[in-house]
Amino acid sequence: MGLRNFFDRIEPNFVKGGRYEKLFPIYEMVESFLYTPKTVTTVAPHARSYIDMKRIMTYVVIATIPCILVGLYNVGFQTNSAIATYGASGWRAWIIEALGIGFNPANPLANILHGLLYFLPIYVTTLVVGGICEVVFATIRGHEVNEGFLVTSMLYALILPPSAPLWQVGLGIAFGVVIGKEVFGGTGKNFLNPALTGRAFLYFAYPAQMSGDTIWTPVDGFSGATALSVTASDSYTQLAEYGVTWMDSFLGVMQGSIGETSALACFIGLAFLLITKIANWRLIVGCLAGMIGFSTLLNLIGSDTNPMFAMPWYWHLVIGGYAFGLAFMVTEPVSASHTNLGRYIYGALIGVMVVMIRVINPAFPEGMMLAILFGNVFAPLIDYFVVQANIKRRAKRNA
Amino acid sequence: MAQTKRKMLVDPLVDNNPITLQVLGICSALAVTSSLQVAFVMSIAVTLVTGFSSMFISMLRNHIPGSIRIIVQMVIIASLVIIVDQLLKAYAFEISKTLSVFVGLIITNCIVMGRAEAFAMKNPPLASFIDGVGNGLGYGLILMLVGFIRELFGAGSLFGLTIFETVNNGGWYIPNGMLLLPPSAFFIIGLLIWAFRTWKPEQVEDAEYKIQAVESH
Repeated sequence: MGLRNFFDRIEPNFVKGGRYEKLFPIYEMVESFLYTPKTVTTVAPHARSYIDMKRIMTYVVIATIPCILVGLYNVGFQTNSAIATYGASGWRAWIIEALGIGFNPANPLANILHGLLYFLPIYVTTLVVGGICEVVFATIRGHEVNEGFLVTSMLYALILPPSAPLWQVGLGIAFGVVIGKEVFGGTGKNFLNPALTGRAFLYFAYPAQMSGDTIWTPVDGFSGATALSVTASDSYTQLAEYGVTWMDSFLGVMQGSIGETSALACFIGLAFLLITKIANWRLIVGCLAGMIGFSTLLNLIGSDTNPMFAMPWYWHLVIGGYAFGLAFMVTEPVSASHTNLGRYIYGALIGVMVVMIRVINPAFPEGMMLAILFGNVFAPLIDYFVVQANIKRRAKRNA
Repeated sequence: MAQTKRKMLVDPLVDNNPITLQVLGICSALAVTSSLQVAFVMSIAVTLVTGFSSMFISMLRNHIPGSIRIIVQMVIIASLVIIVDQLLKAYAFEISKTLSVFVGLIITNCIVMGRAEAFAMKNPPLASFIDGVGNGLGYGLILMLVGFIRELFGAGSLFGLTIFETVNNGGWYIPNGMLLLPPSAFFIIGLLIWAFRTWKPEQVEDAEYKIQAVESH
């Protein structure tokens, strides 16, 4: 193995006392990305498992693949459809014309290519800016750079609108990585989801580029409301007039952020995470129960002035970021509760909050992002009470 | 008296800053720092109130019975705050409207009360006055720093003068709306504390819990 020999040869430069000692985290990152770590624990407890952190993180990235594919197709489809009316401009149109592929929305390949031209710049910016923050902190603090960042950057890129300006993308991920993760000590110590922290920062800092009707399809002059904003202003029964059926939302052919439109793709990813036991099913059960219970309650209460009250749970499930958040963010093991009972409560809290923000708060049409961040903040408290209750119960039994 | 008067004045600016080291007076620091002008007026108001309340309390310190000292201190502080409030309403009405309730809330500012309790009750009037002014200035320094960042990047201006022409007025700068919301001051103050403690490592507190190293057997 030539590569292995190469690593063995240059390693002495990076270990303690070597010439590039300070750059060890970078060396370690590249080496452990390519090979399994060769370090073994020297003291008890010794646990042996094939699922290490690297495997977990890689599995989550694999689970997002259906979302990426549907997202690429959908962005391209929406853009190509809008171009038929508004015309094409910019460097992306130039590349597509140079390749001779055209803007036909009926051609899946053209759609995916066009979507790729929007997704790739966002993703590359995320990787570069976030990667620099990560490596700087790893070098100064002497911890490892690990695959967790690949997950953060992929999730972050998928929850942005395709028209997001790249400098804002960079600013958001820098904020997410530094404030959401590194100030608390890095991967495994972050009580907030870094990708959502970055997205929330952008949402409050630049609302004009992050919400509204004109941003979801990146064509000048085009305006298309998301399913949630239609529901908020008219009613979910009006969605059909905007050309959005339940099946459309389920499959993901509608206005929305890059990777979150398709509930089906999110559920495929979720199934993969559940089968590989990366995601804990208790979180899912809690979150579904909270959402279904609370939205049914609101259906029963009803409202004459607020059409959101009437939206049934199966619509809540497929529109907006609910499915994406459920699959990839509620299930994030670090920022969720760690006790089994706590997981039900944590999930239910998010499920109730997302419906509450969507339906009752007029300022925010979408609530998944804020609901999950809210849940993240409460997760340690929930664990605390579950543990204390257990201690009390056992003390009483042994008294 | 070991401390010199000069040290009393300078110490609270960085080494013993009421906001970044003692983490007092955070509430008003979040509320009044969205523009530099307001932050500046607030800094002056707090400096005056802290300085004079410390001085008067110190003058009376040997006559105040211990059991009712808090009430006496509050009466003195409240009177001074009312004077400042009335002065602002008379001569700077616009600013007093922006500051709204926060001038009145100087009464509850922990820094004023803290200096009265911790310093003025045990020290002579002049020293107490200098200590109060020093702490007011330390508070003002952080307020101005936070206000500078928030106004410059949140509205593209300083003291109301345009520095970056914003997009709404035909310029190039897209203002960061979050910096105009009070929670952003939390992040900025947090980052300032981080910067101060990197600069002066002796300010770092001991860890509350120590993670025990695993021993090999």
